[in-house]
Amino acid sequence: MNSLNTYLIISAILFSLGLLGILQRRNLIGMLISVELLLNSANLNFMAFNRFLAPDPAVGQIIALFVMGLAAAEAAIGLSIILALFRQMHSINIERAQQLKG
Amino acid sequence: MENSSLNILSQMAFWVTVGFTIAGAIIAVFPRSILYNVLGLALALSGIAGFYLFLGSFFIAMMQLLIYVGAICIAIVFAIMLSRPLHLEVPQRAIPKVALGAAASAVFLVAVVSMVLKTDWLPSTERAVGPLPWSIETIGHMLLTRYELVFEVISLVLLVAIIGAVVTAGFSRRFTS
Repeated sequence: MNSLNTYLIISAILFSLGLLGILQRRNLIGMLISVELLLNSANLNFMAFNRFLAPDPAVGQIIALFVMGLAAAEAAIGLSIILALFRQMHSINIERAQQLKG
Repeated sequence: MENSSLNILSQMAFWVTVGFTIAGAIIAVFPRSILYNVLGLALALSGIAGFYLFLGSFFIAMMQLLIYVGAICIAIVFAIMLSRPLHLEVPQRAIPKVALGAAASAVFLVAVVSMVLKTDWLPSTERAVGPLPWSIETIGHMLLTRYELVFEVISLVLLVAIIGAVVTAGFSRRFTS
């Protein structure tokens, strides 16, 4: 149970689920949710490597905290962009946000 | 005897956490209703907080619950409430595109898992033996001494994000209405 490989495989499964979500959803909020899954699987990797391999005892936890802060910032900006886009287009389907397409 | 039953119990708890996390991730990705997606995301993030507990870091687990489950999921729910008719337009995806996406992520999964299984992971030689200093005191001390730049940069990033979110959401209202 408590081996490095278990955690790495779980985080790979989570990452590929998030990747699939980004590739196949066309709803902006759904894509944001998938991005959160990707960030979390990367965080899990950092924590597992820190627990089992790293020389420095706390650096993985500090990176995990940093990624959490970045994810909070990304969610705030992304949601405000979604609100602005919804006011413009009355839709959050990204295939309709193509005004800049030539 | 006591010890081994405790061990079995903790193993069962671990695999239950694995099941919850992966089920939450599947719910977060596949259903078409966006509210189910958010609830699945909250389930998966709570499961990951459980993994952090298994890895021995109580502080990061609490931060995960506070920041992700408590803040980001709630913010997403608010965005769903503000942009209301999500169920009106459910775009059907073309099957080839979905198949290509599934193939790409399956290739990624197979590549990463086979790499993980093939590699012989060795701990670093400078790694301190004995119980790891995973306490909140260590993290706080390192955040304020050796990794202070991280602390300052994340404060700046959060400030910029707050201002940017206010400006983006506020200006768009002024322009359109």
